[in-house]
Amino acid sequence: MLTILFWVFSVLMLASAAAVVLFRNPVNSAMSLVLSFLALAALFVTLDAFFIGVIQVLVYAGAVMVLFLFIIMLLDLKAETRRRLNIAALAGGIAVLGGFVVLITHVVKSLPTSADHFPALARTGYSDAYDIGMTLFSDFNLPFQIIGVLLLVSTIGVVFLSRRSLR
Amino acid sequence: MPSLDLFLQPEIFLVWTAALKTLVILGVVLTMVAYSVWAERKVSAFIQDRIGPNRVGWAGLIQPVADGVKLLLKENFVPGGVNKFFFSIAPSLAMIPAILVLAVLPFGSSLFGVPMVIANLDIGVLWVFAVSSLGVYGIVLAGWASNSKYPFLGGIRSSSQMISYELSLGLSVVPVFMITGTLNLGEIVQYQVDNGWMVFPAWFRSGGGLLEFTTDNGSMFGLDLGQTLLWIPMMVSFVIFMIAMFAETNRVPFDLPEAEQELVGGYHTEYSSMRFALFFLGEYAAMIAGAGVIVTLFLGGWSMPFVPDGSQGWFWGLVNIGTFFAKVAAIIFFFLWVRWTLPRFRFDQLMKLGWYVFFEVALVNIFLTAGILAYLQS
Repeated sequence: MLTILFWVFSVLMLASAAAVVLFRNPVNSAMSLVLSFLALAALFVTLDAFFIGVIQVLVYAGAVMVLFLFIIMLLDLKAETRRRLNIAALAGGIAVLGGFVVLITHVVKSLPTSADHFPALARTGYSDAYDIGMTLFSDFNLPFQIIGVLLLVSTIGVVFLSRRSLR
Repeated sequence: MPSLDLFLQPEIFLVWTAALKTLVILGVVLTMVAYSVWAERKVSAFIQDRIGPNRVGWAGLIQPVADGVKLLLKENFVPGGVNKFFFSIAPSLAMIPAILVLAVLPFGSSLFGVPMVIANLDIGVLWVFAVSSLGVYGIVLAGWASNSKYPFLGGIRSSSQMISYELSLGLSVVPVFMITGTLNLGEIVQYQVDNGWMVFPAWFRSGGGLLEFTTDNGSMFGLDLGQTLLWIPMMVSFVIFMIAMFAETNRVPFDLPEAEQELVGGYHTEYSSMRFALFFLGEYAAMIAGAGVIVTLFLGGWSMPFVPDGSQGWFWGLVNIGTFFAKVAAIIFFFLWVRWTLPRFRFDQLMKLGWYVFFEVALVNIFLTAGILAYLQS
């Protein structure tokens, strides 16, 4: 059952991710990206990572992509005209992609842990939200705080830059 | 009887009970949707000193059926120049998230030992927020795909409004999690069964109370210091959550996306027939789901003081389910009451209220709760 779900959602995710670049209408692309995010969230859920899955939906599908769509609509972007296929660029792209795939396979295969399956996450008996919270605030407390400060600084920067009257 | 044994195997039992619960809840909620439209017309008539629908059936009770038949039989007109694909899926996208929210709401304690919640997720509340944040797509796409100015403005207003109020909505419930220590809606309700409702924490406390009474069957009620102190941030949370829910469901006084005087019908101006009806029903379904979330988080869910839960027999299980839906109906009545009492805000006022008032108050409220909890633990 889980295997079937895995294949359904990964095919859906990859197909809609490809659709993002293949569509010429920006709204179609944005909605395909939303579908891709939803399928990714479903994959997280099949791995019992409910918290990450739902955060994926909440942050990316629910907030970031709504803003994308908002901007696309406000700017009234029209569908791009399809350019003529450049054979050299296409061949170059495929070559780079192929090289990248070969490299990744090589690296993953050479890892000592690649032969056996990754161990399942240790069950603590609490919900995964609890586990993530405990890990963030104990083992990774300092990086967490640094990221918090970084986000705060960028928020203040955005508010400052988007003020109507800059003196 | 081998067939019965098959039905009682744990996995198969889970599947068919979940399917049964889904069907029943869907039926109940869709009926409630139809009758909240009727209730809206009756309440508005009462408030405006009119009679309201009274032709079809006794007191107009068959009016929703008549409306449904009328909408189904009308021509499903598609204007020229629309984006056909998004135009046709937008009504469903507005309806589906509202229905999906119901999956995690505990609408009763238990019946014959089966917990009365479709999916008992540990991240229940986040699921509610995640799914309802997808509801904006239906409205935005409807506005954009209609290829018309008024729907477009409605869609834009709706997306900015929902993004802004989602923040206050999310921040205002953080104190609830801090107090209960869980995101699971069933456990939040259980906490309220043990410690009193979030908005009225006066039941079933024992020891160290400021005021204390014991009833005949030994259960206590009264106030203690901790509950009383935490009552303050809980009321603030409740008020912010309630108001933000009005904005999320596009209800008056925050119904700017479909303000008739400015935008004709807003995002569904170009829609007709059943597609229009889907928007209409989606809006009411979102209202019912929102009311369910409010009841679960703040009003004790299915619990009622001095009423036992479903483990004491199926009768009490049914009483719990009835209590939940009665509370939901009361909240819906409040929504209707507000709609026919208050005038609409201006759009800039709406945005200012969300960003300058509720956002900050909700943040301060989190720190206040943390302070009180730290004081109580020391």
